[in-house]
Amino acid sequence: MSETATLPTVEDALALGLTRAEYELIREKQGRTPNQVELAMYSLLWSEHCAYKHSKKLLRTLPTDGPSVVMGPGENAGAVDVGDGLVCAFKVESHNHPSAVEPFQGAATGVGGILRDIFAIGARPIAVLDSLRFGEPHLKSCVASSREGGERAGKEDGGGAAGAGARSRYLLDRAVAGIGHYGNSIGVPTVGGEVYFEGPYEQNCLVNAMALGIAEREQLITSAAAGIGNTVLLFGASTGRDGIGGASVLASAELGEDDDKRPTVQVGDPFEEKKLMECSLELLQHGLLVSLQDLGAAGLTSSASEMASKGEVGIDIDVAKVPLREADMEPFEIMVSESQERMLCVVEPGNVGAVLELCEKWEVGGAAIGTVTDTGQMRVFDAGELVGTMPVRALVDDCPLYDLQPAKPTRTPYPAPEALLPQKTTPREALLALLSSANIASRRPLFEQYDAIVQSRTVRRPEQSDAAVLAIRPLGEAGVSGFSTSGPNPLSGAALEGARAGGSQAPGTPVPGIAVSIDGNGRRVAADPYSGTVAAVLECASNLACVGAEPLGTTNNLNFANPEKPHVAWQLTEAVRGLGDACRALRAPVVGGNVSLYNEGASAGPIYPTPVIGMVGRLPDARRAGRLGFARAGDTIAIAGPFAPHLGASELAKLWGWDLPDGLPPIDIEEVAATQAAIREAVRAGALSSAHDIAEGGLAVALAECCLGGELGARVSLPADLFGAEPAPATGREADWSGISAASASVPTMAGTLFGEGAGGFLISGGERELHALGERTQVWIVGSVGGQALRIDCPAPSHGDSRTGGERIECSLADLARAHGALAELFA
Amino acid sequence: MKFGVLRFPGSCDEVDALDAARRVGDAELLWHGQRDLKGADAVVVPGGFSYGDYLRAGAIARFSPVMESVIAFARDGGLVLGICNGFQVLCEAHLLPGALLPNANLRFTFRQINLDVVEGDTAVTCACGSAGSSGEQTATRLSIPAKHSWGRYHADAPTLASMEERGQVVLRYAPGENFNGSLRDIAGVRNEHGNVFGLMPHPEHAVDELTGSTDGLCIFASMRMAVEGTRTGTPSGAHGEGHTQRAHGGQAGARV
Repeated sequence: MSETATLPTVEDALALGLTRAEYELIREKQGRTPNQVELAMYSLLWSEHCAYKHSKKLLRTLPTDGPSVVMGPGENAGAVDVGDGLVCAFKVESHNHPSAVEPFQGAATGVGGILRDIFAIGARPIAVLDSLRFGEPHLKSCVASSREGGERAGKEDGGGAAGAGARSRYLLDRAVAGIGHYGNSIGVPTVGGEVYFEGPYEQNCLVNAMALGIAEREQLITSAAAGIGNTVLLFGASTGRDGIGGASVLASAELGEDDDKRPTVQVGDPFEEKKLMECSLELLQHGLLVSLQDLGAAGLTSSASEMASKGEVGIDIDVAKVPLREADMEPFEIMVSESQERMLCVVEPGNVGAVLELCEKWEVGGAAIGTVTDTGQMRVFDAGELVGTMPVRALVDDCPLYDLQPAKPTRTPYPAPEALLPQKTTPREALLALLSSANIASRRPLFEQYDAIVQSRTVRRPEQSDAAVLAIRPLGEAGVSGFSTSGPNPLSGAALEGARAGGSQAPGTPVPGIAVSIDGNGRRVAADPYSGTVAAVLECASNLACVGAEPLGTTNNLNFANPEKPHVAWQLTEAVRGLGDACRALRAPVVGGNVSLYNEGASAGPIYPTPVIGMVGRLPDARRAGRLGFARAGDTIAIAGPFAPHLGASELAKLWGWDLPDGLPPIDIEEVAATQAAIREAVRAGALSSAHDIAEGGLAVALAECCLGGELGARVSLPADLFGAEPAPATGREADWSGISAASASVPTMAGTLFGEGAGGFLISGGERELHALGERTQVWIVGSVGGQALRIDCPAPSHGDSRTGGERIECSLADLARAHGALAELFA
Repeated sequence: MKFGVLRFPGSCDEVDALDAARRVGDAELLWHGQRDLKGADAVVVPGGFSYGDYLRAGAIARFSPVMESVIAFARDGGLVLGICNGFQVLCEAHLLPGALLPNANLRFTFRQINLDVVEGDTAVTCACGSAGSSGEQTATRLSIPAKHSWGRYHADAPTLASMEERGQVVLRYAPGENFNGSLRDIAGVRNEHGNVFGLMPHPEHAVDELTGSTDGLCIFASMRMAVEGTRTGTPSGAHGEGHTQRAHGGQAGARV
């Protein structure tokens, strides 16, 4: 190896994000001072992003095994058995810092990266979901903020032309455009997602993307390199200088305010990825690959090293053979480039020709760049000259893991949200304010920018049900996407009818389906990392139950601040404990996931701790998938489940500007799971007209959503002590809208009953007999009936009738509800 | 009756179109690099982002080898339907009048929209007589999804006038449904000869109750009827023959 080049120093190592101790350890592993190529590769593979230095020990406590699990954590994506010899692969990943720096490309390449993870294991991507977090957009049309909104905007930005929320609006607009640009262009539907707006995300937005794919079980492929002497082949886009240092410098450190990190953000091209995807899947169909791996963070360095590590072999790579899009790239630049739309595969020498032919067919570049060896070394050559050699184990497995130093903070690090709604307000005002608030208003202006139906699997689109539902179809024509339709059929009325009834499926034949949901309310986790995370997992399972699906597996993206700070370490530890407990109880093992740390702006402080949960389930017959909207005038409306609403950390509490409470009421996970099973079976039996999980904004908002979903009104009457499970102190009974304080947050007052939040509550409609029957499985309160063009809720009158706090009535026309619910439109005008 | 469905690099809805066609006839994918139309009786140019829509939507696809054959097929009176990106390709190839511009809202937009069948006796609408899934009153109103960012139909005034006069405006967005700003609410058009059609909405995504609607099925059913009604006749006879066939198609639809 040429030692002429001057070797990098410890200062260079620090600049690359390594610590002094880590640098010394590297020298020890190498038995000498690492050269530039080696140090660059170590700095990436030993980064938080690649090595999970601060989270690996915690992640080991999660349940990862179950009857349905086909592929667990460690591979590019997890996979569960969905029957008929098919598996569903899925995973969620974050692209937070790139999106905070350049939202369009950051979000677009986030989608590109998660899609590659799916087809890297041999599955055809069939759906994308996204989970987004931004600062407050300060909606003008928000009923609540309309009063103070005006002058507040002036103050906050020093009267700047931008106005309050300008940055959040910009990030939202560009991130949504980026997700749509990539997903729409590549022919994978974006079927769901979620977005929350909270102050703590102002400087550090979150952009998480989840993808699902299906594959025939025997089509799955791993990334483990094998076969000494086999060829290592790089295919896809050419390699440039984009994204250099993305994993270490950008993803594994706090965001500074002034430093310009744009050069470390990659640029995506969905057309390249579309060809790459079709090419990869066709290569696998012809059985031409030994193993396959996508190039993501840390580019060739991590892909090659991980393939070698999994296969317990060595790999030689000659950077001179890598097709470049820029001249004079240094060997280390080629090894660490994060240029998008590239895959690395291992091929038997005899198949190299056939592989390159298919690459040509799809107009995708391909080049043999290396060899599988028995050296156990990752060796880098430049036109035959050795420029770096490292033990694979040292690179991939020997990065030191750090113990967290968790400590519960004495007081919450999060300021109370700004009060947007006066304490003295009527229930009707509160309902409209909630419906028009950024966290509850209709997401239509966002999801209308996504293709939700390409591939013809989408049985439930956004806002039709709590979870997206996709028909599982056998993989058909060239594995393109599954259709088993037979040849010509005579154009008789019957044939047309048959076709309408579902074409390939004979009428009456069940159509198995996959349901998927993604969720994660950071404010609840900030109030109580354990219960908040349990609630997020349960919410996903409740969403699945509402369409009739049973959980098969879970993926998660842990978005947290700097784990070296004790209170963040405590949040992380408690959240992972909650995630494990909930997934164990639901028998929905964690089959994959991602961790994104250091999410805090220099001055803005930490983000809300945000574990984003993605859950996949199966329905025996997608034709019976549940809907959330009321469906039939005359149906009976009931509340089901162990619902004990409380105002702590609720959306109403936020509008009122309450401090985050220190802890949330405990949740009986098993009892909620049992209710989910009862709801699921009722939906599968076709016993319910609608099923909706009571979430943000509580019962009143859920009622409004069911009305809007079905364009039908409802008449509901609620006794004051409806949820009076916990005996309320006399003071708390007083339903005085001006007198509710944090102290009585968990007391079943009028506000708590109408707008309180909690796990395990469902709003269902159907025939009275069916609803009563459900009462044998779980708690059921009949509260009203469907009909008319308005929502009328008769609110609790305090049992010791006090005229001043007498019963109240909410009456809103569907038009008024719809107007308030449409508040987000202004963000995309 | 056999449909040929083109497949370009970047096509996204080609398999959906293949499936839709197979519900009423035989169908096969045709690779962009080959000139052979494999004996297709009708050609569907599907949606997606052919060649990444580089330069301009559909601008590159029109020069592909398979398009040379499709253009010749169309000039000989062969039945051709362009959907979304396919519509853009056919306009770029000058097989259809006008052009598709960026949506008025300048965003990709996906919506389930209502389409009014303006010309009920064409080779793509002759079976749509009573296809409206919501019943008699909306007999010629189809609920079909639209999803695109370049869907604003444009043509100069004289062209529009002669198109209206010649009955070349086949489909219009129902009142209030024209989200992309198309001139005269035009959603679908045909050429003067009546054998080449293009529309922005996606009938291939409305062929199964399970996924939302079956109103798009009649478009493919019409194509089969037109082809089988004209196997022996002249291409332009798609109309004349189509009439007699339509009665049957109407009954067929009526049973639904």
